[in-house]
Amino acid sequence: MAIKQLTVFVENKQGTVVSITDTLAKNNINLRALSIAETQDFGILRLIVNDEAAAEKILSETGYLIKMTDVVGVKIGDAPGKLTAALKVLDENDINVDYLYAFMARTEKHAYVVLRVEDNCKAEGILEDAGFHLITKEDIDKI
Amino acid sequence: MAQNYYQKEIETMPIEEMKKLQSEKLVKQVKHVYENVPYYKSLMDEKGVTPDDIKSIDDLHKLPFLTKADLRDAYPYGLLAKPLEDCVRLHSTSGTTGRRVVAFYTQHDVDLWDDCCARAIVAVGGSKKDVCQVAYGYGLFTGGFGLNGGAHKVGCLTLPMSSGNTERQIQFMTDLQATILCCTPSYAAYIGEALKEQGYKPEDIPLKAGIFGAEPWTEEMRQSIQDTLGIKAYDIYGLTESTGPGVAFECSEQTGMHVNEDHFFAEIIDPDTGEVLPEGSKGELVFTSLDKEAFPLLRYRTRDICVLSREKCSCGRTLIKMAKPMGRTDDMLIIRGVNVFPSQIETVLLKEGYEPNYQIVVDRVNNNDTFEVNVEMTADKFTDKVSDILAMEKSLAGAMKIMLGINPTVHLVAPKSIARSEGKAVRVIDKRKLV
Repeated sequence: MAIKQLTVFVENKQGTVVSITDTLAKNNINLRALSIAETQDFGILRLIVNDEAAAEKILSETGYLIKMTDVVGVKIGDAPGKLTAALKVLDENDINVDYLYAFMARTEKHAYVVLRVEDNCKAEGILEDAGFHLITKEDIDKI
Repeated sequence: MAQNYYQKEIETMPIEEMKKLQSEKLVKQVKHVYENVPYYKSLMDEKGVTPDDIKSIDDLHKLPFLTKADLRDAYPYGLLAKPLEDCVRLHSTSGTTGRRVVAFYTQHDVDLWDDCCARAIVAVGGSKKDVCQVAYGYGLFTGGFGLNGGAHKVGCLTLPMSSGNTERQIQFMTDLQATILCCTPSYAAYIGEALKEQGYKPEDIPLKAGIFGAEPWTEEMRQSIQDTLGIKAYDIYGLTESTGPGVAFECSEQTGMHVNEDHFFAEIIDPDTGEVLPEGSKGELVFTSLDKEAFPLLRYRTRDICVLSREKCSCGRTLIKMAKPMGRTDDMLIIRGVNVFPSQIETVLLKEGYEPNYQIVVDRVNNNDTFEVNVEMTADKFTDKVSDILAMEKSLAGAMKIMLGINPTVHLVAPKSIARSEGKAVRVIDKRKLV
């Protein structure tokens, strides 16, 4: 059920991110979501794309350090408090969220949240039991 | 392993006999230098020493030292002890810092050098049945020609590959079933990785032994090369100034290198005072050639920091052993008052599963030394969590602190972002201005 996130190690140097997005664009890969975690030395670029296998291949060949990570995607309503509700359910069940990022759907009235947790299956079960709708690969393709 | 020797009488000679041989040779060598090398004669005259003062190897300490600076001053012919018409070969160092150093060889000198390399090949189990792949560079660099000459003397089928063109190295290695590989340790590791990428398992690789030298490497690197190639990896030591590889070589015991001390006499000195230190002390390695014709060097300071030992070796050789050099007097950094050798950083990296590719950056901020080490992130260790990577940096710094006694700041950087050791990698950037 989990969706695939591409994780790229990037040096904190001018022009690194643009060269990655440029490489993807030239190979006709479309970005769905993107987040960067940065420290003083390095950054970790996290990407959801339309074709992760192709993106992984292209970026590795270009010399980037890539890791494919399973993450949980959940659909939430576009209204105040909706994200809190999802996070509360996880918290009540002792699921620690390492990081998350969110993006809006283009047409429908809701948002998507990408969550990184230790145990994907458990988190997905808990969210589904609480009535949340999980995102699948098909959903990503339709965005 | 049953022991074979190339020159058994010399290699297993009782110590007293060896001392007698060395003394006889030294007396002649000093006379030869004094009469034919005005540069060294003037150094002896300055010190008030004449060839008559040198009656045995015990008198060696009376002679003046030679340094790399002398070799540069005397470039190109100043230390030549034979007419050029008697010379048949020239080799040269890379000359990364200023003028090159050139060394000359007569046929006698080439023969003596080839014998030294032949001893090294036989010591790792080589015989005329072996196929010896020489992947050191051939040319001004001594590596290729040295091992090539040794392999000829042993009677191996010699593959004069020179360095580079890894595809072709692998093709010849597998098609011609090479059994001994001679190259730099970093190139051996590179060939090993390339073989692995092509799907070769250690048991599919025909090699049984490797003779690797010309650059510093660690026990951990030896282990990793042995595992990847499925071989025994042996060290070899030499310097162009003395002759080239084969000044000292490792035997089956793999615990240090036997010095070919019938040709090259080794001393350990205190690098600051020049005083000769007793056996087992750590200090600067000094070599004296005992029977060279064209380019004899007396008491040449190698700048390598090392220990000598006469402990009995299980291989039966009585030749004195030198430990792997721990670093060079000019590589040593003093950071916050502590001596740091770059090789110690390499040891930690290999132990912790990182590539031995690093860069040390030292600076002084508010009268305090800053000490940073950049290390390449590896595919195995990379994770998507910032906290994990910060923890890796911290744990690596902790491991370095245990080794060095001082705490560096470790930065993990992108793979291949630190220059590779094909040329001479810049391992240390010292920005301190202490003038």
